[in-house]
Amino acid sequence: MMDGTSLIWMIVLPFVGSAIAAVLPSNARNAEAWLAGFVTLAVLVMASASYPAVAAGGAIRNTIEWVPSLGLNLSLRMDGFAWLFAMMISGIGFLVVLYARYYMSPDDPVPRFFSFFLAFMGAMLGIVLSGNLILLVVFWELTSVFSFLLIGYWHHNANARDGARMALTITGIGGLGLLAGVLLLGHIAGSYDLDRVLASGELIRSHDLYLPALLLILLGTLTKSAQFPFHFWLPNAMAAPTPVSAYLHSATMVKAGVFLMARLWPVLAGSTEWFWILGFCGMMSLALGAYFAIFQQDIKGLLAYSTISHLGLITLLLSLGSPLGAVAAIFHMVNHATFKASLFMAAGIIDHETGTRDIRRLSGLFKFMPITATLAMVASAAMAGVPLLNGFLSKEMFFAEAIETHAISVLDTAAPYVAVLASAFAVTYSIRFIHGVFFGPAPTDLPRVPHEPPFLMRFPIMLLVLACILVGTIPGITIGPFLHTAVSSVLGAETPQYSLSVWHGFNVPLLMSTVALVAGVILYLCLKNYLANCEEGPPIFRRLKGQRIFERAMVTVSWRWARFVEFRLGPRRLQPQLRLLVFVAFAAASWPLYSLGFEPGRFTFLGADPAFAGVWVLGMLCAIGAAYQAKFHRLAALILLSGAGLVTCITFVWLSAPDLAVTQLLVEIVTTVLILLGLRWLPKRVEDADALAAASRGARLRRVRDLALAVAVGFGMTAIAYAVMTRTPPATIADYFLEKAYSEGGGRNVVNVILVDFRGFDTFGEITVLAIVALTVFALLRRFRPASDSVDSPEQQRNQTAFDEAQPDREAGDTASDWLMIPAVIMQWLFPVIIVFAAYLFLRGHDLPGGGFAAGIAMAAAFILQYMAAGTRWVEDRLKVLPVRWIGAGLLMAAITGAGSWLFGYPFLTSHSRYVDLPLIGEVPLASALFFDLGVFSLVVGATVLMLIALAHQSIRRHRVRTASAAVEEKA
Amino acid sequence: MELILAIGIGVFVGSGVWLLLRPRTYQVIVGLSLIAYGVNLFIFSMGRLQSNAAPVLASATIDPADYTDPIPQALVLTAIVIGFATTALFLVLLLVSRGLTGSDHVDGREPN
Repeated sequence: MMDGTSLIWMIVLPFVGSAIAAVLPSNARNAEAWLAGFVTLAVLVMASASYPAVAAGGAIRNTIEWVPSLGLNLSLRMDGFAWLFAMMISGIGFLVVLYARYYMSPDDPVPRFFSFFLAFMGAMLGIVLSGNLILLVVFWELTSVFSFLLIGYWHHNANARDGARMALTITGIGGLGLLAGVLLLGHIAGSYDLDRVLASGELIRSHDLYLPALLLILLGTLTKSAQFPFHFWLPNAMAAPTPVSAYLHSATMVKAGVFLMARLWPVLAGSTEWFWILGFCGMMSLALGAYFAIFQQDIKGLLAYSTISHLGLITLLLSLGSPLGAVAAIFHMVNHATFKASLFMAAGIIDHETGTRDIRRLSGLFKFMPITATLAMVASAAMAGVPLLNGFLSKEMFFAEAIETHAISVLDTAAPYVAVLASAFAVTYSIRFIHGVFFGPAPTDLPRVPHEPPFLMRFPIMLLVLACILVGTIPGITIGPFLHTAVSSVLGAETPQYSLSVWHGFNVPLLMSTVALVAGVILYLCLKNYLANCEEGPPIFRRLKGQRIFERAMVTVSWRWARFVEFRLGPRRLQPQLRLLVFVAFAAASWPLYSLGFEPGRFTFLGADPAFAGVWVLGMLCAIGAAYQAKFHRLAALILLSGAGLVTCITFVWLSAPDLAVTQLLVEIVTTVLILLGLRWLPKRVEDADALAAASRGARLRRVRDLALAVAVGFGMTAIAYAVMTRTPPATIADYFLEKAYSEGGGRNVVNVILVDFRGFDTFGEITVLAIVALTVFALLRRFRPASDSVDSPEQQRNQTAFDEAQPDREAGDTASDWLMIPAVIMQWLFPVIIVFAAYLFLRGHDLPGGGFAAGIAMAAAFILQYMAAGTRWVEDRLKVLPVRWIGAGLLMAAITGAGSWLFGYPFLTSHSRYVDLPLIGEVPLASALFFDLGVFSLVVGATVLMLIALAHQSIRRHRVRTASAAVEEKA
Repeated sequence: MELILAIGIGVFVGSGVWLLLRPRTYQVIVGLSLIAYGVNLFIFSMGRLQSNAAPVLASATIDPADYTDPIPQALVLTAIVIGFATTALFLVLLLVSRGLTGSDHVDGREPN
């Protein structure tokens, strides 16, 4: 277990446990607790077992390469400092699990709690064990996410939701800053590897980018550790279940910030910027946190502000840049975790057994729960820095450092006074907590009758308090060696001489402690009566709430500014947007032509075929006619549009593109049918000369502007197209394709070979798009509801039906079928002919114009003709088309053909070709690309038919709905 | 030849842009189809114009000068199919939008 693999297990195991915990039944409180207990204990054992290797002076490392070229590796590293944290995380984690088993109510959904809890633990272990800075940031963000989920655990409670959101916003912004800072740091050091970064301290501090990197990293650490001015999220996070507060918001997560600052201390500390930023933030947090804590009425609020204050103390110690300060900081991290976790648990017990956490309502609980009260008193004394407890030792070290002069400045001069003042405040709020809750008259209006909790719920507190006493009385034996390993792994050769003894003789720090103790007691006596009745929050500052400012900022950014931007940049109307788009496209194309000079060449009609010119005159008339008629005469516009399409098709034939011509022609047919089917659902629009004349000036102006834009774009296209066409082409890869098409692709039709072979993957993507579009069309039409004025049958159909019904020997619909009698017979007989034609197009595709696309659309046309000839019901009674299967089969066949080349060790879609003699048909080129093309064919058939049928079905569906409702009416 | 085709492309795209900026969905779909024709021809013309030179190989010995450029043709073939797909999708969208809002205006409601 001494090797690196245990490091991986220490991180993986909690996540695995989390996944298991998530799937256990919701009332399995005991199973969950056993699972979580086992996981935490296993991690604790693994961490303990690694101590000999760590204490021997080295760090345990384990690196799994991921993207080595970018310096991104999954590298884990455990030195003494990381070990200390891993022990704290797993040890306190185990105690919190035990506590949570009794704290959580049977009604709470415990799987969620333990699942998040274990995942958080894994992420936290990831932070301390990361040997790569990027990996560290990833775990860092994970802790933010799980903290969010845990704070919001009781999500029916608005406070929990708000607190969770605020914590995530603040720590998330910090995490983003940290990522940027770490990237800068890695850039300076040339590696994200922690060992390399730690070794390049001089280089980093003297680099130009040091200040931005420092600012960004500190943004991350100060938000995470809830330091001034980002402290306000922590008190709001107290809406979390108390085990969460004890674990995340006192012992572990908020320690991540100070952990990272200590981790990078050898690299970043020592500069003036470091001293000023951290010194100021730390001192403000220390003093204000302690001051605010005095005036809290909620026990957990008091503890939260006290946490801010203690973390401020650690930050201040780190800011000094002296090795002794760093020692004191690391020592205090451990001490604070022990007494604060036990105090949170005690607060949770009080809440659990009495139903309230309000100090004004609580009093005299000592009689009801003497053991809990005694434990809480010892822990509070440690928090206040009473001698013979662990808090006293680190506080003495802090005082000793505060009176030293590190850099001559206001901050340094103020440090000892602020230290004493904050310690006095700490004494005051500690006494307030104990005296207010446990002493005084018996409580009167509590929701429940208080009593001692179960032994096992108290047990974690007992262990932690015992640790406080042992460390406080015999520090040299209990914590000494471990602390030394941790400190020397951070400071290396700079590790100073320090003494952990309880008694240092009569000196200035002792005097400061005494003054603080006495002053704190006096302050409490003075404030006692005021505090018993006052509102929540300290005087003067009560009005100034970080939370309020935060919320106002959030509203401004996410509501006012967002609305403003949307209002300014996102008009609800499509036309101005399109106009802008077209204009920008036009300007973007014109600008380089204008600035670099543009010579379209001499315009000449020389050598033009008059027939070609004639065709194009028709084409242009069609286009302009379609543009003119599209509003009031949709059918005419559709016919004119098809005319333009035909001219395009003829142009392709004329200019040596038979494949394009075939495909264009077939697509033209299908598109026209599709639009014809859709026309029926559009509203009637009658041309009204008066209304047109009465159009407002604005509307007319818009039309003129659009016309100008359209004409400008048209001229632009003409000029560019002409300029390109009259230039000699540069050498392109066309020659390559022409030369290799037959020898390597096995086909003579180069366009088809490009599509199914050289650029087969593009085609694969394209048919996938086609399949998606067809399915989308189908899905959209499944829930189609026509507008109310289109529900009735068209006038013509009504007239026909009326006529048919009036004649005794006719049935409804006879007129229409009579009218189509001959075309219907032709269309039905054409069915096999078109299928053969499609097969022909398909088989010749590789060598001659044709191919899967064209064949597929032809085949689809065969089906559509049947629908048109005989009606939807008649066809579907006789023919099962199942277009979705065609699509699926096509996609699958194309993919399998492509993947088949893997079997022979070639890349995806490599094709193989040979000629095969088919009976009756003759020699056929049989490239593996043919199967790919078959997939294309099948998919195109399926997609086209699916779209057309889905649209065609709308008319009979409406009919069905009406007959069904008519039947209901008859019954009634 | 070149000038005729160039003017034709210009007229197609110009008419399409005009329709694109109109308020009715049907006008927009016709406009998009016209633009698609114009753009397809434009891309196609990047291979220069040549008659009777289809890229269908006649013999084993190949002189690239005898054939027109197959690449723009392959691109346009793809574009035609995708153009069909987008037209179909847009058509259905306009029908559904018309059914839901009762209006065939591009904004889904009649202007005030």
